[in-house]
Amino acid sequence: MEFKFTEENLQKIETVLKKYPEKKAAVMPVLYIAQEQNGYISGEVMKEVARVCEMPEEEVLGVVTFYTMYHQKPIGKYHIQVCTNVSCMLRGAYEIYDKVKDQLRINNGEVTADRQFSLEEVECMGSCGTAPMIAVNEDYYENLDVSSTIKILESLK
Amino acid sequence: MEKIVLPDIPNFDKIDTYLANGGFSAYRKALTQYPDDIIDQVKKSGLRGRGGAAFSAGLKWSFMPKTTDKPKYLCVNGDESEPGSFKDRQIFEYNPFQLIEGILITCYAIGAKTCYIYIRGEYHKWVKFMEKAVETAYEKGFVGEKMKEVFGGGFFCDIHVHKGAGAYICGEESSLMNSIEGKRPYPRVKPPFPAQNGLWGNPTTINNVETITNVPAIINKGWEWYASIGEPKHPGTILFGVSGHVNKPGVYELPSGTLLTDIIYSYAGGVPGNKKIKCVIPGGSSMPPLRGDQLEGVKMDAESLRMAGSAIGTGGIMVMDEDTDLVKVLARITKFYYHESCGQCTPCREGTGWMLKLLNRILRGEGSTKDVELLVSVANNIEGNTVCALGEAAAWPVKFMVTRFRDEFEARVKESAAREVVNKVHSMRRTVNPISPINI
Repeated sequence: MEFKFTEENLQKIETVLKKYPEKKAAVMPVLYIAQEQNGYISGEVMKEVARVCEMPEEEVLGVVTFYTMYHQKPIGKYHIQVCTNVSCMLRGAYEIYDKVKDQLRINNGEVTADRQFSLEEVECMGSCGTAPMIAVNEDYYENLDVSSTIKILESLK
Repeated sequence: MEKIVLPDIPNFDKIDTYLANGGFSAYRKALTQYPDDIIDQVKKSGLRGRGGAAFSAGLKWSFMPKTTDKPKYLCVNGDESEPGSFKDRQIFEYNPFQLIEGILITCYAIGAKTCYIYIRGEYHKWVKFMEKAVETAYEKGFVGEKMKEVFGGGFFCDIHVHKGAGAYICGEESSLMNSIEGKRPYPRVKPPFPAQNGLWGNPTTINNVETITNVPAIINKGWEWYASIGEPKHPGTILFGVSGHVNKPGVYELPSGTLLTDIIYSYAGGVPGNKKIKCVIPGGSSMPPLRGDQLEGVKMDAESLRMAGSAIGTGGIMVMDEDTDLVKVLARITKFYYHESCGQCTPCREGTGWMLKLLNRILRGEGSTKDVELLVSVANNIEGNTVCALGEAAAWPVKFMVTRFRDEFEARVKESAAREVVNKVHSMRRTVNPISPINI
């Protein structure tokens, strides 16, 4: 399916392009805009981003695959990210992670059948002082335990 | 004690509060001096980088070429992805304008016209805070062309926020530049150093968020004042992020050279249940861990920690109590570096994976004494053989955790070795007489 930026997003891209001396440098913010519009980065999206940023499609692919935050497959409406790195682990992150897997009945990198939830075990999110934590889409939930995590998940259903 | 980076003033993140407390007076003062004099003051102040390497900030600035036709750049590194490190987000949230003022002074000193603040992608909320602050500063004419009218003098510079997308390696300065340029962010081979060949081949300086936020205070109160705070060889205050098994985890701004035990027991409230400490990583997960019985008298500054056999890193202190399974901790740390290795250099790409496999084998109870030695050997073969410091970051925790807690690792593999013998006897008995029941 062909991908085209909306008029509004094209204007956003115009502003972004002004920040850099080369169009190619805007590839990361443009990919973010594209992901927000399309939900994930498909091949068609990359084609269009390559055209806008005046760079080869292969290089766009190189950027997309390098980072963890560009999704090449659709994710759930609520993307649950559980940090299990050391500071969180010391304060019970794996109990939370196991509970989330249990509750949603999916594993790392999977999406629920109703497309409501997706799960990702993530590396340190910079919440070590308020560990353990999960992030739902862009929002951090900190100082958690198993029961408060369940409450968060229930509130999303 | 006076706080420099995170002062206890309510609403300090609001421009009006910041201005009422002397905001942008340091930049006005800087404008009355020559750029070289500012570099000189920062050099004399002893300000050292807060991003991990603790390199002299003034010295770094002085590497920027004075006579060049090329545009110069400043990058502020807010990638903050080191496990155990969560200090820069406090600055974005509570003191964004001092960071902006620090950027203005730095840009004036090194002659940069453009600054990129690189913030990790997961920090959506803090990216927005910072974008809002930059926008406000533009509106007020504190950044951009209007600076010439507001502050006088002929200098102006632009500030842009660049959002990362989830890659630890982008905190490495050359990888960060490739990321901004829109390339696949592999670290670059050095030399040439960024001051000669940085963003788009132009002279570039990269400093940590906390480093830059210190600059206005140095200009305002003088380098002598700054140099007198804390340890003379690494002066100033440092943001210590304490996490793990402590009662009050959080970020504490304290003079350099504060005792590690004071930070853990007085500021962070000690260990829950008054348990003993088994291990402390003093500067983020890539720094060599210290044994709990070696913490007495250890001061938190670059030189003292070097003497104690570790490094200051980002000042992220991770505390582990006596019940912690260090094999599990090390396996988790190694998993992180395996995940974050960019894949450019073979020793790091392959070595991190091998170390993880070995550690998982030990964790499963299938390890042998040889595996412990092999771990150290793999780590030694990564260290020093890679383009960037991620190699060291992955090797150090393994090398030092295993050598400093050898007892723990050896006990773990002995357990599995003992089980192996039992299994062997058992299977032999069954082989000799597979059908008859075993009567004990």
